[in-house]
Amino acid sequence: MSATEHILIVIGVLFVLLNIAAGLIWVERRLLALWQDRLGPNRAGPLGIFIVLADTLKLFFKEDWIPPFADKWVFILAPAIVVGSVLLSFIVIPFAPGIVVADLNIGIIFFLAMSSFGVYSIVLGGWASNNKYALLGALRGASQMIAYEVFMGLSLMGVVMLSGSFNLADIVAAQKNLWFVVTQPVGFVIFFIAGIAETHRLPFDIPEAESELIAGYHAEYSGMKFGMFFIGEYLGITLISAMIVTLFFGGWLGPAFLPPLAWFVIKLFFFIGLFILLRASLPRPRYDQLIGYGWKIILPIVLANLLITGAVALLIRG
Amino acid sequence: MDDADSILQRLQQQLGVEALYQQQTVDDILTLWVSKERIIPAIQFLKTELPRPFKMLYDLFGIDERNRNRYNGLPMADFTVVYVLFSFDRNCFIKLKVALRGEYPSINSITSIFKNANWYEREVYDMFGIRFEGHPHLTRILMPLTWEGHPLRKEHPARATELGPFKLEDEYQDRQQEALRFKPEDWGLLEHGDDADFMFLNIGPQHPGTHGVLRIILQLNGEDIVDAVPEIGFHHRGAEKMAERQSWHTYIPYTDRVDYLGGVMNNLAYLLAVEKLAGIELPDRALVIRVMLCELFRIASHLVWFGTFAQDLGQLSPVFYMFTDREKIFDIVEAICGGRMHPNWFRIGGVAQDLPNGWQRLVQHFVDYFPPKIKEYENMVIRNSLFKARTKGIGIYTLEEAIEWGVTGPGLRACGLEWDWRKKQPYGGYERFEFDIPTARNGDCFDRALVRVEEMRQSLRIVKQCLENMPAGDYKSSHPLTTPPLKKFTMQDIETLITHFLNVSWGPVIPAGEAMSCIEATKGANSYYCISDGSTAAYRVRIRTPSFPHMQMVPFISKGYTVGDLLSILGSIDFVLADIDR
Repeated sequence: MSATEHILIVIGVLFVLLNIAAGLIWVERRLLALWQDRLGPNRAGPLGIFIVLADTLKLFFKEDWIPPFADKWVFILAPAIVVGSVLLSFIVIPFAPGIVVADLNIGIIFFLAMSSFGVYSIVLGGWASNNKYALLGALRGASQMIAYEVFMGLSLMGVVMLSGSFNLADIVAAQKNLWFVVTQPVGFVIFFIAGIAETHRLPFDIPEAESELIAGYHAEYSGMKFGMFFIGEYLGITLISAMIVTLFFGGWLGPAFLPPLAWFVIKLFFFIGLFILLRASLPRPRYDQLIGYGWKIILPIVLANLLITGAVALLIRG
Repeated sequence: MDDADSILQRLQQQLGVEALYQQQTVDDILTLWVSKERIIPAIQFLKTELPRPFKMLYDLFGIDERNRNRYNGLPMADFTVVYVLFSFDRNCFIKLKVALRGEYPSINSITSIFKNANWYEREVYDMFGIRFEGHPHLTRILMPLTWEGHPLRKEHPARATELGPFKLEDEYQDRQQEALRFKPEDWGLLEHGDDADFMFLNIGPQHPGTHGVLRIILQLNGEDIVDAVPEIGFHHRGAEKMAERQSWHTYIPYTDRVDYLGGVMNNLAYLLAVEKLAGIELPDRALVIRVMLCELFRIASHLVWFGTFAQDLGQLSPVFYMFTDREKIFDIVEAICGGRMHPNWFRIGGVAQDLPNGWQRLVQHFVDYFPPKIKEYENMVIRNSLFKARTKGIGIYTLEEAIEWGVTGPGLRACGLEWDWRKKQPYGGYERFEFDIPTARNGDCFDRALVRVEEMRQSLRIVKQCLENMPAGDYKSSHPLTTPPLKKFTMQDIETLITHFLNVSWGPVIPAGEAMSCIEATKGANSYYCISDGSTAAYRVRIRTPSFPHMQMVPFISKGYTVGDLLSILGSIDFVLADIDR
């Protein structure tokens, strides 16, 4: 791969991702509307698609207010971290054969490291806002992340054992005959749950909890700083969906009548849709219930899964 | 009335014959004047010593008597404090009145006997300036702390034009804002505990979880609620004061707006009291029309509660489905009344118009459409395990606590008491209908939800019976005080014409006296206590709303739970801010 090609891939991936994240504003609103018996945005442009443009422009032109009681530099830094860390995670994702920014042999570990990094934006944002609601949101966010990081990592180890690699392209290649969702169903379900908690989407949007903490850790943010949290959330959904596709649903693999990239995108949007459907249907558990559920139920299950996978893998390989 | 006589005798034995004076009222509720010194022993006796006691303080309010025209031999008073108690064992009310003399009188507080007297006494203090000795925290409750005067006193102006032009000076604004600052020490709350500093979190007045302008200040240890102080009054519009300057007839639209989800149900509570005073009997058709509309509104109100409750717990979609169904009810209401949320459609002695042609088709359609929908919502919300996790075992109170705090309606039935005023003291023709009283046992948020969902089914049953058995006849009484009167003879004899003209221009003159109504409103027991001095306007109207005592109970039932649980509790109580503040 030449340097020019590489640069083109980087720019292309960045461009597409940011557009997907922005486009998801429209997708989410239309899908929610569909499931909630309403119309949703349908005025600007065909099917209301220009709402994306309007929303983005609005965010850019809103007053970018930094509260006088806030810790100024941390307050500015926090939203950048969330977008930065999620975008960095994407560099290890193989969208199709050859279309990957950096084919790291520690792909999964890099992804886990970056997603842990994202929690700093919540904690720092909530702390720097110097607002009680934001602080409560940040506290909830931090404990939720700590709880769910642990078994997010553990749930992936089964896949690593079966494929024998941390490299995502290798993992996809290892699914040539059978997707890992078949051999690792428990791992998939737990990774999905952890992924929702990780992106703090409903039903696990506890750090924001609109009806309790109003907006939680980003209560004081406005303008494009809020926009960064917003985009960060959509990028997070895209990232978790992309990881699910790569790790459990054979990545770009699919029947040959469509190119590999198309298969990847189709699968990706299926899971993004699932995220939105969850938001439309489930209530939110209480913060301590979520944490308790994580430590008391999911952790034992994921450990058992690891043990059984290891035993079976050893047995088969003799 | 043997019961009343025996209570009177027991009280006379206890307090002495001269301490009591019985007043005759048209609502057949035992009404006794008690001297100021004896009120504490009297209430204590009724609550604890009397067999089948009066366990609930149903209402407590004041009356400014200084402008009275007719005393009819009643004790002379400048102010009166009225205590309304209720006994579930006897199924009867008792009213105790205390005459007070002087410009700013005082009386002993009964907060040591009834916990829920706290807010009621603060309200009386706020509205009349009557002081309650021994009250733990006697401050204004509905009016701003900086308010001058006491609104329900007769000398306090009722119209903005009497107050002079309003200017928002900076200094004035600062003072108002300063008054809103929460000082924990005023409420006896500590800033530091044994091993932790507490955080005070200000929820509201603008907060998506409070369903209106309500402010709750939480004392938090981490996320655990140590104590809570609700602050109400942001929605206070002086509905009781307005009754004193509107005619009996033109006050009806104001009642619509008290429990603004209950629509015509409020009209009913008010009109039942007025009709008792006037002695009007309603024709069957009017009764059944009223019942049908009321039950439709009960379903509409419960739908709003159901949707917003689910939304409070983070479930975003149900509220849209339920508001769509509520819209279907409003379509019926609109076809019948012309209005939607505030139809202002009941009249003294009947309803405003006869039902429109084809109303059966609309109602029939809804009766067929709705039952599968309730089933669907039950599956979607009630049977959801996350919903159960958020509501089961949360915000529990026992039956005794519920009665002590004055809880009525679904919240009371969720504790296992089968109590519904439509059945126990039927009013407005409810005795003709077949329906069950849903109850539950645990008194937690989940049970309150269950009861309400079942109530929608029962209401639908009543609507169905109305639909199938709508009697023929007049939609208004032929009583002369019916307003506006039937026009049958208006153009034929001069007497009817004159009555018609007077009733429509000045408004009807309701005979002097006093009467209390009590209905099972959407949220609990709603009462209007109307006092007429024989004029075209009420001398005093007291509105007893269910949400007021329910809100007072929030600190008690939310202690020890977390911020997230508070939202479940607030949602399960189903209050309306206008219903609290009036």
